[in-house]
Amino acid sequence: MLGASADRVGDAVLETLAAAGDYFAFAGRAFLTLFRPPYEFLETFRQLDALGWRTVPLVVAAGFANGIVFSMHTRAMLQTFGAASVMPQAVAVTMIRETGPLVAGLLSAGRIGAGIGSELGAMRVSEQIDALEALGVDAFNYLVGTRVLASIIALPILTVTMDFSGIMGGFVAELVTTGMAWHLYIVQAFDLIGFTDFCASTLKTAVFGFLIGTIACYLGFNTSHGTEGVGEASTRSVVFSSIALILIDVLLVKLTYLVFPQIAMV
Amino acid sequence: MSGDQPAAVRFEGVSKSFGDHVVLDDVSFEIPAGSAFCILGRSGTGKSVTLKQVIGLIQPDSGRIFIHGQDITGMESRDLTEVRRKMGFLFQDAALFDSISVGENVAFPLRRHTDLPNHEVLARARAKLKDVGLEEAFGQMPSELSGGMRKRCGLARALALDPDIVLVDEPSAGLDPITSGEIDQLLIEQRREGVTLIVVTHNIPSARAIGDELALLHEGHLVAQGTADELDASREPIVQAFMRSRGT
Repeated sequence: MLGASADRVGDAVLETLAAAGDYFAFAGRAFLTLFRPPYEFLETFRQLDALGWRTVPLVVAAGFANGIVFSMHTRAMLQTFGAASVMPQAVAVTMIRETGPLVAGLLSAGRIGAGIGSELGAMRVSEQIDALEALGVDAFNYLVGTRVLASIIALPILTVTMDFSGIMGGFVAELVTTGMAWHLYIVQAFDLIGFTDFCASTLKTAVFGFLIGTIACYLGFNTSHGTEGVGEASTRSVVFSSIALILIDVLLVKLTYLVFPQIAMV
Repeated sequence: MSGDQPAAVRFEGVSKSFGDHVVLDDVSFEIPAGSAFCILGRSGTGKSVTLKQVIGLIQPDSGRIFIHGQDITGMESRDLTEVRRKMGFLFQDAALFDSISVGENVAFPLRRHTDLPNHEVLARARAKLKDVGLEEAFGQMPSELSGGMRKRCGLARALALDPDIVLVDEPSAGLDPITSGEIDQLLIEQRREGVTLIVVTHNIPSARAIGDELALLHEGHLVAQGTADELDASREPIVQAFMRSRGT
């Protein structure tokens, strides 16, 4: 009884390790594909539109709401300490350093991850990936390379959009509460934000894009078991890329503080 | 096959297993250029696997596969791409790219492998669709097509680069007899034009109409190969059962 349970746990561990090994090999191949011709510019632009541009409304709405809600919650607390005047700085620092990148990443994991997972999964089970290969096209380069590159490019842009929308949301909350002028709000908001702050936190989302793209492509590309498999690939893409993104974020924040210690001072 | 011209396709002792399941066991055959070869067999006997091995989508565990005398076993993907350009593949469910229109599906291989200007690519795609009686569907999306129309569109795409060899997986599957007959007729026209056809089918009347030679796969082995008349005369029970059936 105990032996059988131990065997099952052992099998599960081995399967997980094998799947992780497969994923890392897949992600490594995807990374190398980014630098190897032929470059699929048209398909990459098509994916940028499908994965990036069409995610903008979601990111703008979420960022704007986030800015308003953060402002409403934080104002009461800051007033307790007589520090309500630093509200613009608080919104900007929070949005640009962490909330913007992380929320944009998680939203993209949902929108982009599910999209790639289900699209490639459906292409796999309907033999469209085989058809590409049969037509003399490198399906990995055409499908995976383009989607991973589009995700890497889209994430920092979506993050900046999220940051700006959040700061705008914070301004609307301030305008309604205190009647603060736009110019004053912006000057105060960027008082504590340096170029390094902005670059480090925004560019780390390119890593989020790589993770979301490779995980979703890996699961979609290796789909089996028909339509059930497609649904599973879509769901697992969202779950695994969200978890991976949160874990890698902790590492990247720590790394940022090591490389740019001045950021940790404010 | 003629003395100086290599066979269009030659299998030499090809074996393939998936896990413990042996799909092909030491299978050998050759298909002369310009002929039509129909592969018959029950479901799960490795007919589609054979077809996918011809175009390098699946690699054999052992044995060698030659296309026009060139060994494609273990070939680099770049070289395999060149070989594939000379082949067309009509998949069982057509495998049309559902994010682009019917016309763009047919234009796709032309855009990838030729330097033709856009108007010429579109004109050729339209001509290929006209050949299969689908010219009016040029701007439609694949999801708007019936099963028979999808097959014809898939055939137009497979023929877009005027390949030497066309592989066809279950051309009659899911089609009514009239539409199935129309697809058979299109394939017969290709054979008349000198294209080598390899057709996987369950449909015996269809195989009789298309094939110069028929082969029967059973339990991983090629148990019979010859003309329809030769297979009709076979005393093998499985061959007799197949040749007397009217399976679709």
